[in-house]
Amino acid sequence: MSNLTDEKICELEQTANRIRQSIISMLVSAGSGHTAGPLGMADIFTYLYFGGMTHDPKNPSWDIRDRLILSNGHICPVFYATMAHAGYFPLEELETLRKFGSRLQGHPHREFLPIIENSSGPLGSGLSQAVGMALADRIDFGKKTNKFFFCLTGDGELNEGQNWEAIMLAAKEKIHNLIMIVDRNNIQIDGFTEDVMPLNSLRAKFEAFNFHVQEIDGHNFEAIDYAVNQAKAVFDMPSVIIAHTIPGKGVPFMERDYRWHGVPPGKGPEDVYKKDEQDDMALAELRTLGGKIKCGDQ
Amino acid sequence: MLNPELKLRKDIFDDKNESQPIRAGFGIGLVEAGRKNEKVVGLCADLVESTKMEGFSKEFPKRFFEIGVAEQNLASVASGMAAMGKIPFISSYAMFSPGRNWEQIRTTICYNDVPVKIAGSHAGVSVGPDGGTHQAIEDLAIMRVIPNMIVISPCDAIEAKKATLLAAENGKPTYIRLAREATPLITTEETPFEIGKAYRVYESKNKKTVAIIATGALVFNATRVAKRCEEEGIGVIVVNLPTVKPLDKETILNVAKEYRAIVTVEEHQISCGMGSAISEFLVQNFPVPIEFIGVNDVFGQSGKPQQLIEHYGMGENSIYNAVHKVITRKHV
Repeated sequence: MSNLTDEKICELEQTANRIRQSIISMLVSAGSGHTAGPLGMADIFTYLYFGGMTHDPKNPSWDIRDRLILSNGHICPVFYATMAHAGYFPLEELETLRKFGSRLQGHPHREFLPIIENSSGPLGSGLSQAVGMALADRIDFGKKTNKFFFCLTGDGELNEGQNWEAIMLAAKEKIHNLIMIVDRNNIQIDGFTEDVMPLNSLRAKFEAFNFHVQEIDGHNFEAIDYAVNQAKAVFDMPSVIIAHTIPGKGVPFMERDYRWHGVPPGKGPEDVYKKDEQDDMALAELRTLGGKIKCGDQ
Repeated sequence: MLNPELKLRKDIFDDKNESQPIRAGFGIGLVEAGRKNEKVVGLCADLVESTKMEGFSKEFPKRFFEIGVAEQNLASVASGMAAMGKIPFISSYAMFSPGRNWEQIRTTICYNDVPVKIAGSHAGVSVGPDGGTHQAIEDLAIMRVIPNMIVISPCDAIEAKKATLLAAENGKPTYIRLAREATPLITTEETPFEIGKAYRVYESKNKKTVAIIATGALVFNATRVAKRCEEEGIGVIVVNLPTVKPLDKETILNVAKEYRAIVTVEEHQISCGMGSAISEFLVQNFPVPIEFIGVNDVFGQSGKPQQLIEHYGMGENSIYNAVHKVITRKHV
């Protein structure tokens, strides 16, 4: 079971909601960028930065921090927004996303923003980097290390063969402190994943590659907490958590629609709202929490 | 004559000069680098023996990782290790690393600016019988174009050893180009070597007429051509340019001003290689006529190494002819 109290869950849900609002605002300000994936991953990012990971916003280079390696860099609006809400940099800086001179590059860049672990954007390389980090850590600390290496990937991204090279190596080396979280939102740019390049059965694939596999509802904090704790307890193989998420989560007119993968509010499909209404309506949807989370906004 | 300050081998022009594969120097240097610094780690893509990583893997088994035939993973795993403070050396054939994993090198190594060292073995057509698929003649081009990358192409096994040791300490992404075949030794342990420096290997006593700037195994051939030219009364200097990036601009500029005609020599495509790097620099600073010795926009094929060097226009006669051709262009 999860260790989270109802009070903590309520707090996480409210934080995730504020992060989603920031995502909408920063994307509107940027005028380009990805919307669906960031909204879908807001709960997992919130969980990791507000309880799931060992880290310290006041000391970003803390030696013993857990590492978060983002592989699908295009969902960086949720990454940046969560880091800002966690205290890594001022919330106002989010408005600089994708602008000239900003630390918040369109895809994350470690030279601009040294407090992140890796640059990413071209898909399929994050897991390799996470495996390398964990192997380096093992040289120094052996299996007694208390760090965890969280690698966040998309599902469409698993089309890239390099992932499977890294998966084989992680299993070969039995990297127990590697926790891969796949954002299983079933969409990619050209359509639904099972139409573009079928991934199912993802569970069977990972099991065949000798990973410890869990599948969860990626919007349920108790499920996320339980799965991460389980993954941390596995000692002889790497773990993957296949997190089923809803792309565009929190904004009903964006949910489950792959056309919202790579466009910001104001430039999306007009089935429900005209372009000039999309940003206000997205924020309005997020601010109406009745029935959506355990406790209303207080 | 050979530059006495460089303490080069005295038997360069003997028929029985000593040869070693350039890759062997990498293997020896890597073991030494591993002894000097425990942060040095080795990763290989199923070519431990032929890329000469065997010595390191045996002496430091806990710091060696067999990645399998997976060069993209090889590059990015090394990037992750470097981000954690290690100094990773990755090795494969140059055709596969940096050939196959270019984008991973660009993004996860160079864009991250982490000190991964890429040893590309079996570069050039002198790989021989394996044929064109295995002959990397584009590697200098694709490495020197990436920001943050240092590119070194040693002329012999001893220089490769020194390059490996210095690469372990330079804190930057670094490509070291290695050749498979036994290559005559030119340098000695006492020969100076710094990353970013070019060396005046051979200087004729005659009037300064043509400068040959060479990199890699062909520095030897260039030196023999210079001697032949000197005997015919033509004043030729040979500059060994082991570091293709960053260029030793001072030496290149001085040589251009002194000789006012250049032949560049490399076992690589003429396009975008070392000669191109030199012409990019000189055309903006001190334009002089340049002839390029290298592969001219074709793929390699099976054959004996020397046969292929001759066939693709990189043999001593080709260099000699280029020297004469560039002389005719000097006052045009």
